[in-house]
Amino acid sequence: MQKRSLTYYLLLAFFCLFVLFLYGPMITIFMLSMQGPEGGLTFPMRGFSFYWLGQVFQEQRVGNFIEPFVRSLILGIAVMAITITASVLASMGFRQRFKGSTVIFYMTIASLIVPSILVSLGIGVVFQVMGWPTNWFTSGLGAHLTWTLPIAFLIMLGIFNRFNPSYEEAARDLGATDSKTFWEIVMPLIAPSLLGVGLLTFTLSYDEFTRTSLVSGQSNTLPLEIFGMTTNVTSPALYALGTLTTIFSASLILIAFFAYNAVVKRQRGKA
Amino acid sequence: MSETWKSLKPYALITPQTLVFLMFLVFPILMIGVVSFWEFNGYSMTPAFTLDNYRGILTDVTFKTYLNTFKFLALTWLATLLIGYPVAYFLAFHVPKLEWQILLFLVCTIPFWTSNIIRMISWVPLLGREGLVNQGLMGVGLIQEPLQFLLFSDFAVVLGMVHLYIIFMIAPIFNSLMRIERSLVTAAEDLGASGLQVFKEVILPLSAPGIAIGSIFIVTLIMGEFVTVRLMGGGQSASVGKLIQTQIGSLQYPLAAANAIVLLAVTMLIIVSILRVLDIRKEL
Repeated sequence: MQKRSLTYYLLLAFFCLFVLFLYGPMITIFMLSMQGPEGGLTFPMRGFSFYWLGQVFQEQRVGNFIEPFVRSLILGIAVMAITITASVLASMGFRQRFKGSTVIFYMTIASLIVPSILVSLGIGVVFQVMGWPTNWFTSGLGAHLTWTLPIAFLIMLGIFNRFNPSYEEAARDLGATDSKTFWEIVMPLIAPSLLGVGLLTFTLSYDEFTRTSLVSGQSNTLPLEIFGMTTNVTSPALYALGTLTTIFSASLILIAFFAYNAVVKRQRGKA
Repeated sequence: MSETWKSLKPYALITPQTLVFLMFLVFPILMIGVVSFWEFNGYSMTPAFTLDNYRGILTDVTFKTYLNTFKFLALTWLATLLIGYPVAYFLAFHVPKLEWQILLFLVCTIPFWTSNIIRMISWVPLLGREGLVNQGLMGVGLIQEPLQFLLFSDFAVVLGMVHLYIIFMIAPIFNSLMRIERSLVTAAEDLGASGLQVFKEVILPLSAPGIAIGSIFIVTLIMGEFVTVRLMGGGQSASVGKLIQTQIGSLQYPLAAANAIVLLAVTMLIIVSILRVLDIRKEL
């Protein structure tokens, strides 16, 4: 490109500051969670150990992290399974023109941009009126889907946009049925992207807070448990938990990204 | 393969997803509309048609809460735009290779897939009374007393929102910047345009749809926001979302519903005005 100008260096500096702004706070709690047993909530660091990271797995005075984690895990997997199935089917439907597709498309966009408190309140009201108890695996699941499904659907649309339909046509010409074509041709080609979308969906669900907060019922998911703890935890155990759960989500995202990237490269190589 | 099946197939395929949206999005929001006209006697709600809930929210407090929410929105929008645009511009025009662009964009994106709650908590050791910022400022002797406004204040709320949501501004702008034909820039330069002119006359207008989409995201995220307001505002800051959440907490569903309908109307109004000014159809 062009010669590196003053603008370049100014923007580079600005970008670095921005990255520091993004990651700085996170790094401080990583550091504080590595303190010795006598550590507190603020700097300077008192000692260095993995004591607090270990504490996360112990029974806590203020609550238990394990059960909410298991709930979030199960919920995330359920959300992922439903989201993948529904979004793959729907995005395949969108490869053909059909009446009403615009309405369906805008409904999906609406799900993404309606203020999340309305989703939470709405589901809460429905359950209240019907006399059903709210629960993380019923109303909570629905709330998560309104967030993960539109995102997965939009990504899937993008994936099928780049998808070459001649493979399927060839299979059909050779006499394969719709389901055979799907399982033997389409599925192997989109499988790695599905892994990526699946992991993204899982993390979205695993970290979801606002939409779940009003409809989770008696038992908390992990983000809700952490939120409840912010007011009464006074030890670095909270930071340690934050560190662990952040590393967990971030590594899933990296795996998702590299899986997706590998596929794009392979498809580009073939085209 | 029969013709009927062929024309019915898309409908069969979209059914599961559509059912989810009908059950957990459309029906709930319709119910909010219905319940906002119901009666509430302090303990439970009963089906009725009353405008009391809407009358009940026409108060000074609600008005002030809206003003405060608009203030958060305006400040957050301005900050995300002023910070987000240069970041997106740097990525799109100054990072030479596509691999690097994607990688650096990913660096910006990763935090947004992690827990919002944790990301907010992590400001505490920095901004608190005994936080790093206060320690530093007092260490070099710039201030004698710790600054109180850093945490649990409106400042902290806006900071938290910018930190949480700025990717929703960066991503659409980055996307529209990446679509700009580089030859347009070269053409403008050949015609003698200065760097600033190229930006003002070519790049900025072509990235306007990205700004519009980013702004819509920011509006919808901030208008219903209550978590950041609660965690970073420390109980003193008010927002419409927090008001609704408090009403739900005391089981005043009809009142919360009326508030939510007004919130939805106001949000839609802002979005429509954004679309009036900037056309985003090219991006979809």
